[in-house]
Amino acid sequence: MNPALAIDVRGLTKSFGGTKVVDGLDMQVARGEIYGFLGPNGSGKTTTIRLICGLLTPDGGEGSCLGHDVRSESEAIKRETGYMTQRFSLYEDLSIRENLEFVASIYGIAKPKHAVKETLEKLNLADRSHQLAGNLSGGWKQRLALAAAIMHKPKLLLLDEPTAGVDPKARREFWDEIHVLAAEGLTVLVSTHYMDEAERCHKICYLAYGKLLARGTVDEVIEQSGLRALKASPTLEDVFVHLMRDVTDNFARRKAG
Amino acid sequence: MSARFSLRRLGAMIRKEFIQMRRDRLTFAMMLGVPVMQLILFGYAINADPKHLPAAIHAQDHSAFARSFVKGMENSDYFRFVATAESEAEADELIRSGKVQFVLHIPPQFSRDIERGLRPQILLDADATDPAATGNAAASIQFLAASVLARDLKGPLAAQGAPSPVDVVIHRRYNAEGRTELNIVPGLIGVILTMTMIIFTALAMTRETERGTMENLLTMPVRPIEVMMGKILPYIIIGYVQTAVVLAAAWWLFEVPFAGSLGLLAFVLFFFVAANLAVGFTFSTLARNQLQAVQMTIFFFLPSILLSGFMFPFRGMPEWAQWLGEALPLTHFLRITRGILLKENGFPEIAPDLAAILAFLLVVSLVSLNRYRQTLD
Repeated sequence: MNPALAIDVRGLTKSFGGTKVVDGLDMQVARGEIYGFLGPNGSGKTTTIRLICGLLTPDGGEGSCLGHDVRSESEAIKRETGYMTQRFSLYEDLSIRENLEFVASIYGIAKPKHAVKETLEKLNLADRSHQLAGNLSGGWKQRLALAAAIMHKPKLLLLDEPTAGVDPKARREFWDEIHVLAAEGLTVLVSTHYMDEAERCHKICYLAYGKLLARGTVDEVIEQSGLRALKASPTLEDVFVHLMRDVTDNFARRKAG
Repeated sequence: MSARFSLRRLGAMIRKEFIQMRRDRLTFAMMLGVPVMQLILFGYAINADPKHLPAAIHAQDHSAFARSFVKGMENSDYFRFVATAESEAEADELIRSGKVQFVLHIPPQFSRDIERGLRPQILLDADATDPAATGNAAASIQFLAASVLARDLKGPLAAQGAPSPVDVVIHRRYNAEGRTELNIVPGLIGVILTMTMIIFTALAMTRETERGTMENLLTMPVRPIEVMMGKILPYIIIGYVQTAVVLAAAWWLFEVPFAGSLGLLAFVLFFFVAANLAVGFTFSTLARNQLQAVQMTIFFFLPSILLSGFMFPFRGMPEWAQWLGEALPLTHFLRITRGILLKENGFPEIAPDLAAILAFLLVVSLVSLNRYRQTLD
């Protein structure tokens, strides 16, 4: 086990009803890194995140998250991880403050009132703290969800498409926030469909049909694709379209053969 | 175009409803299951004219007259003698604990008094907490007194048998006026609690799943037992408030006597409410949406009110229905509340029923904790 790695999983496999959703996945994320997780819908991103934080048990493979075994030590992982789910999963009939106080108590934070106040200020939620979560717009809901995920000062933050349905300005502010948190030493694994967001990650990986197709820094991924030989200045998007074409061809060929 | 009624659009709506109905297997099963259950319960289990009611005899005279009187009672099908009391106190205990519904007291020198034409008194003690259960049986004994003994009285004795050779006195205990509300109102506490407690918890958990908040709950380090107890305890308090309201109404509006200890009732209440909440919690781990949770509640509630002895006399049901009834916590809670409020029952009398509630609570809690998953697998 490498202590410099926040996430270190090998050969991770998970099936639902006979379909392999994650297929022999290897993934290493260094501590303090912002790691972008890309791939088309249904490629297994959410399942991978859930496997890493112990919400799902892998069928095969092994690994550790923050030094804890993903199979047997999910309790310890939960305590040190913040997970922002794809769908808003806080209580819509509770106010911002009430939601955060609830979360603070569940994590057993020493001074809950203080922690809530601090988090509210940090994410500029203080003015709205009495609003019901259900009445918030997409951008503010996402801010609240982030607040709930970081209040217990986790070492690892898992963000599952955090900016889906959020306007560009709020998206930019959100990413500024993520960079501040990473600068404080937090490791962030974030799944996204936006290429501009991918470019703000230290490293990225690309997942399709449960398999990793590419990984590295943005530059490395473009370089590896070999597209530079064919095109003047290929973008990340070009690379992924190219990668998907290969994979889909392979699938078709395998089916035909 | 769209202003006019379109059969095609109507058809599309209907088709869609049927597809959704078929996808929701549980709802589909309930649509068939509930009517079948109702048919069986109403058709076979319920009997408003209960027979073979358990009775005890306290005989201070063992003459042929006494024997044929008892025989006649048994032949009437209303009475089934299951115990013999040696003393007044023993007879009292049998009826108080609910082991028997009736005690027949035959006075000393019964036969001598008949022969002398003195019209001796026979006392029938009836547990009238449920007037419906005792009504017909008690009425039948008056008629018996005249007919049964008439066969034994021959010669000059027969001639004097003007109205009846014995005087049957029926002592309706705990509910002298045969008021139905004395039976219904204490029972209502249990019925209201069963309905509301189960539905509260069943919905409370299903709501978390349906709104997606369950996922967040699972990502946090909270233990199943903490979630379960956290969901259950607030409603136990609500349950006490509901009981207080019903008891206050029972006292002010219906003049139900508070014979026994309210403290004891409050103690039992805790376990009964907890048992129902555990049922609700189990349903919420099984149901995939709130509609299913409501349906499961109905599926449990219906036999509870029909088989517990709330609406129909428990002893009037066939044996299989009584066994089903014994498995329901409401049955035992009804006996306890009626026992405490009307019969001044203390802990020893209610202990067997309390034990049954505890056993139910234990089993259901284990099932629900087993069903609750800490992962999304």
